[in-house]
Amino acid sequence: MICLGIEGTAHTISIGVVKNQNKKCKVLSNIIKIYRPEQGGIHPREAANHHAFYVADLIKESVNKAKLGFSEIDLIAFSKGPGLGPCLRTAATAARALSLSINKPIIGVNHCVAHLEIGRGTLDKCSDPVLLYTSGANTQVIAFAEGKYRVFGETLDIGIGNCIDKFGRIIGLDFPCGPAVEKLALKGKKYLDLPYSIKGMDIAFSGLLTAAEQYYKNKEKIEDICYSIQETTFAALTEVTERAMAHTEKNQVLLGGGVAANKRLREMVNIMAKERGASFFVPEKDLCIDNGAMIAWLGLLMYKSGIRMKVENSFIDQRFRTDMVDVTWRD
Amino acid sequence: MTEKIIYQGAEAKICISKYMGFVVVKKRRLKKGYRIKQIDNKLISTRTKEEAKLMIQARAAGVSVPIIYDVDLQEGVITMEYLKGKRIKDILNSLDENERARICKKIGESIARFHNNDIIHGDITTSNMILLDDKIHFFDFGLGEINSEVEAKGVDLHVLMEAIESTHSKYSNCFNYVLDGYKKELKQDANKVIKKIQEIVKRGRYR
Repeated sequence: MICLGIEGTAHTISIGVVKNQNKKCKVLSNIIKIYRPEQGGIHPREAANHHAFYVADLIKESVNKAKLGFSEIDLIAFSKGPGLGPCLRTAATAARALSLSINKPIIGVNHCVAHLEIGRGTLDKCSDPVLLYTSGANTQVIAFAEGKYRVFGETLDIGIGNCIDKFGRIIGLDFPCGPAVEKLALKGKKYLDLPYSIKGMDIAFSGLLTAAEQYYKNKEKIEDICYSIQETTFAALTEVTERAMAHTEKNQVLLGGGVAANKRLREMVNIMAKERGASFFVPEKDLCIDNGAMIAWLGLLMYKSGIRMKVENSFIDQRFRTDMVDVTWRD
Repeated sequence: MTEKIIYQGAEAKICISKYMGFVVVKKRRLKKGYRIKQIDNKLISTRTKEEAKLMIQARAAGVSVPIIYDVDLQEGVITMEYLKGKRIKDILNSLDENERARICKKIGESIARFHNNDIIHGDITTSNMILLDDKIHFFDFGLGEINSEVEAKGVDLHVLMEAIESTHSKYSNCFNYVLDGYKKELKQDANKVIKKIQEIVKRGRYR
């Protein structure tokens, strides 16, 4: 079975084509186009305009790159949520138009669950991981338990990416600020004490952000502040992930989301996994950030397990929570 | 003298050991290679100290907690009474409905007792409670604090609500029984705390 997936939850519009091969996911194409505002953060409507401008060409490009004709696509999947309304609607509209014009079924999928499934689908031996999903908006620790993907821990205020971006903007960096903050952090030497906020398996970052801003106003070196932000927030993320692993008695950990590109976060989670004898997984970069292939793969899994959606019911859901999805494709 | 590990959690190793002739439990917080020394030392010593302090205060408030024999801040070790009971996490799903309700009410009553004294547990899950002699014993106060705000009590109960939803999802009405017991025993207006829990739920993403 071959599925084309359309991702459009936030700043990224992406089209991926995948097929299933021996129960694993084979990515045939995965084209990603990211909206970058000239200044400030994402404006939802402008991001949606960006997506609308490119989506048709990207669909053609993706099908060509997969060396297929449109008649060979069996299913169209799209990101149903969670995300920004205008962006979600643009992706869903493109999916509906494509589904009707090539007369193939449509299916809407949960973006967060897709991040987990693409890891299981493409990585050897990654069968039942705890996912640490860190992006701009999302910070969740997700694992499979009692028939659903459950959120064992999550941010109580802002996402980790958002926290880093906000600090980046205070010190005058361009969006997304993660890579620049990571570079600055490498030059940091002095650890500045920052709030470390964990409630059970949940975390919070806004207090830390305020404290970091204070250090900036007090003329501490930005390298030291970036270093301290990374060390503190990533330690907290690693700790809640380890707590979830102990709680669910799972011995695999998977990273997903844009912040998973950060080498220090990877290193910390990897050390944690080693110290408890667990396996560490991270998908290749283009499958880690927001991408169409993961949407396509989850759509394919859902369709094969018997889930069907009519075009007239292909709504988007800005607040589509991870634990709202009935997982029909796993034992 | 040999120590036997009975449980290894994310944060600490729990061993059975001997102390002045008593059979005891030693909770040893583990150094973590993933975090820098400054953070590691700070977390281990403050949590060990905070935990011991809160356990003593909780006992004074009428909550069953293991007796503390010794605390070593440098090593991050608390030596305490060995409770030969059963973890609530392991038994809750297999109880019959009436018994489950009764146990959950007792849990709520105990939480109210420490909240009456502004003791916040910080990690109330069914893994952190032991049933022994028909009493609920609480441990693992390492993420706790003293805080009189409704917000802190709400967050404290919200952690338990999430734990029940994820670990005992078929019996999520358990949390209502917990609240019944909580209301009965809390000295301030419990509805304020319950309203706060609803507010905290909505604060989560995509609610």
